[in-house]
Amino acid sequence: MIPNTPPITPELIAEHGLKPDEYQRILDLIGREPTLTELGIFSAMWNEHCSYKSSKVHLRTLPTKAPWVIQGPGENAGVIDIGDGLACVFKMESHNHPSYIEPYQGAATGVGGILRDVFTMGARPIACLNALSFGAPSHPKTRHLVSGVVAGVGGYGNSFGVPTVGGSVRFHTRYDGNNLVNAMAVGICKKDEIFYAAASGVGMPIVYLGSKTGRDGIHGASMASAEFGEDSEAKRPTVQVGDPFSEKLLLEACLEIMAKDCVIAIQDMGAAGLTCSAVEMGAKGDLGVTLDLDKVPCREERMSAYEMMLSESQERMLMVLKPEKEEEAEAIFRKWGLDFAVVGETTPSLRFVVKHQGEVMADLPIKELGDQAPEYHRPFTDSAKPAVIDAASVEPPHGTIEALEMLLASPDLCSKRWVWEQYDHIILGNTVQRPGGDAAVVRVQDGPKGLAMTADVTPRYCEADPFEGGKQAVAECWRNLTAVGATPLAITDNLNFGNPERPEIMGQFVGAVRGIAEACKALDFPVVSGNVSLYNETNGKAILPTPTIGGVGLIDDFTKSATLAFKCEGEAILLIGGNPSWLGQSMYLREVCGREDGAPPPVDLALEKRNGDCVRALIADGAVSAVHDISDGGLLVAIAEMAMASGIGAVLLEGVAPAHGFWFGEDQARYVVTVPAAQADAVIARVTAAGVPVSRLGTTGGDALSLVGERPVRVSALRERFEGWLPAYMAGGV
Amino acid sequence: MKAAVLVFPGINRERDMARTLRLVSGRAPAMVWHTEGELPAGTDLVVIPGGFSYGDYLRCGAIAARSPVMDAVRRHAAAGGLTLGVCNGFQILCESGLLPGVLMRNQNLRFICREVYLRVERSDTPFTRGYNAGQVIRVPVAHGEGNYIADSETIARLEGEGRVLFRYCAPDGMIDPNWNHNGAINAIAGILNERGNVLGMMPHPENHVEASIGPTDGRGLFAGLVEALARAA
Repeated sequence: MIPNTPPITPELIAEHGLKPDEYQRILDLIGREPTLTELGIFSAMWNEHCSYKSSKVHLRTLPTKAPWVIQGPGENAGVIDIGDGLACVFKMESHNHPSYIEPYQGAATGVGGILRDVFTMGARPIACLNALSFGAPSHPKTRHLVSGVVAGVGGYGNSFGVPTVGGSVRFHTRYDGNNLVNAMAVGICKKDEIFYAAASGVGMPIVYLGSKTGRDGIHGASMASAEFGEDSEAKRPTVQVGDPFSEKLLLEACLEIMAKDCVIAIQDMGAAGLTCSAVEMGAKGDLGVTLDLDKVPCREERMSAYEMMLSESQERMLMVLKPEKEEEAEAIFRKWGLDFAVVGETTPSLRFVVKHQGEVMADLPIKELGDQAPEYHRPFTDSAKPAVIDAASVEPPHGTIEALEMLLASPDLCSKRWVWEQYDHIILGNTVQRPGGDAAVVRVQDGPKGLAMTADVTPRYCEADPFEGGKQAVAECWRNLTAVGATPLAITDNLNFGNPERPEIMGQFVGAVRGIAEACKALDFPVVSGNVSLYNETNGKAILPTPTIGGVGLIDDFTKSATLAFKCEGEAILLIGGNPSWLGQSMYLREVCGREDGAPPPVDLALEKRNGDCVRALIADGAVSAVHDISDGGLLVAIAEMAMASGIGAVLLEGVAPAHGFWFGEDQARYVVTVPAAQADAVIARVTAAGVPVSRLGTTGGDALSLVGERPVRVSALRERFEGWLPAYMAGGV
Repeated sequence: MKAAVLVFPGINRERDMARTLRLVSGRAPAMVWHTEGELPAGTDLVVIPGGFSYGDYLRCGAIAARSPVMDAVRRHAAAGGLTLGVCNGFQILCESGLLPGVLMRNQNLRFICREVYLRVERSDTPFTRGYNAGQVIRVPVAHGEGNYIADSETIARLEGEGRVLFRYCAPDGMIDPNWNHNGAINAIAGILNERGNVLGMMPHPENHVEASIGPTDGRGLFAGLVEALARAA
């Protein structure tokens, strides 16, 4: 057994990720030297991952309120009102560091963790999404990581039984040493049956539920709060191992005891396991907590208090139970074959007391563990604004069709079918729009309502201009929800950055948060939950700033949601929002010209809102037959995607010069729609009357895309390129 | 129709199946927990839904096949009662000895969720009377281990006795290795027992029954069962 009172040396403190001034703060707080268990508890509560010490002063600036917001950030997940007495519970969280070290288990437990966050609040999960960022395809580890992460995401979600309906996959050399796995889960519950973490009542039993505690994941949260060096492989033992089967049982058991009104408070054991969950339940309820570790179900022998308090074994929950319901609750857990143990109680003392084998291993002030965590105003420097690139100054190295072919077969724009076919995206029978569209649409219960959901960010924009990039991530998410006909309601943000102790990285973070805040305000799209992942760096090389935005929107009648596929021949194709021309930071510049430079497209939030509201109204009235927003790759890529999704071609009118700016510019707030030819004039008049620029792009029909002055290209040939890259790459052929 | 849907720990498509049975037959099925020793009185259709019973640990379906409720299912089947196993349900039926053969890892070693085309080989069974022989239907699959195989003698018997009910095929109905996504022998997607009252299949007809959600080609199987049971009654 590890002794509980070893000498607390500077090395031991450093090993726990605590800085000397942070350790001094502990001494000042408790007035004595901590025990080893206490040191472990502090390191768990005060690391970046759990305490948000570098980010929280900035996170406070995010708008979090709206009439439909039931619960903003601070709980296990955010909650919004979706009418009919129902609430939608959702959150996104990263599992980046573990997924690099052990891709399958790292990704799997990322999915497991976010699902637990949602059903802890009483919601049955109805969908998952994920945003994955990998290193350059040419990097020797990338294939292995893609294969493992995708299998892990699928392995957990498929077995748990939730459809994985959407997400994104990108590649860039800046993720070579730190891939990103951002997992989002969405659930539904009754508005008046939401469960929270705050304990209430003194002397209430604290119950441990779920799987047994092992030595896996000890210091996982601390690992996720540090950069990687050459030794990251050695951190494999800190990655947890997932068991989706247990989690499925835990879900059913939890929902069953919630329905039987047994629960006062509930908190899942995620990062920093028993420590974090017990402290949060007590601190939020202004109560103390005493834990008796002799009662904790363990799957390994001779576990010390220190190990039990820091274990991140998965599929565990902590619950404050109504004492009179203990027997009933236990019977339900036994039926599902899960562990159930009373491991402590709430106390009036505001102390967090941990006992083990008759000894007090820790006795700490419970409120201060959370409230008095360090909070840093880290210095930051704003990134230099890159110069705006005039499209006319960019010499097109290839013809328009050739450039389109290159873009469709590029790693970021190609079809991700190879990925999402490994995810069960139809289970539960409510998936209205499957992966591959602008946003997924999932029917709510038996309808008619539907929820639209998506996860977006354009890291290269954020790198070039964090503020505009932050705005764009929110705007893109909002636009994708709009493009399927949904009213965007709220977001969860998953902010992935490098080492915040470097002012330029902190500058990226601050800039992006400002941009997100501004866009959320302008679009009435509050943040209800989120997660920050810092220290995504290896040997001083940081990832691209990647603030992933997960958004949820509501459709009153899911049968009216719009899809991007052309519907029939002879329809008019319209461009809404104005002619594009912005090539800076575009995929065209990167994939066709081999340049990653320039200012990203600016986001005019007023235009964004005006144009989006106009498109959403057209969809609601059934005035448009297909809708797609313009994003990565620009207008021609959007049209090609609409053609490939249907097999129907298009004859396009001449674009506005310069052609590459028009066809591949990534200007924001733009959509492509189709309308029956006979109604084209009326739709154009209506859009014009709303003050939104609109123009004719051409007509659907045939089996090829035809541009003026270019060779026609068959849709099937485009599809072959689009579908071909990823399977070929994963088979080792690219 | 008085259907019973079995629920083992880790099964996760029982709600999909129950909804479909309710939609097509107008009657909600009984949900039967794995520890039950008897089926509800009057059960005329047992359905073992998809999922990951016992986490697919040990071997897909192996643990569930040894549950108390499976003894009741064996009695039901032995008495001629209709029994349908879908996906994990098919695996459980194979593991419990009610159907021959096994389901191995998909040939490409990955989980596959996609729409596939199935050729309905016969329409003169209670499961396929809602279709025409040779008809091609589009239904989804979602499995990692659906690669059906049995010894050559068993395969010869299955084929000779017309017990292969569904095969993976191209959209035009041709059997083509490119459309046999999991590598199953003879592109087998679903088989009957000797008596013709137990069907195991990998695809999920229950997920394709509502026009507002997608294709409805799966409906014929359930509508056919409702008809067959109504006639028998």
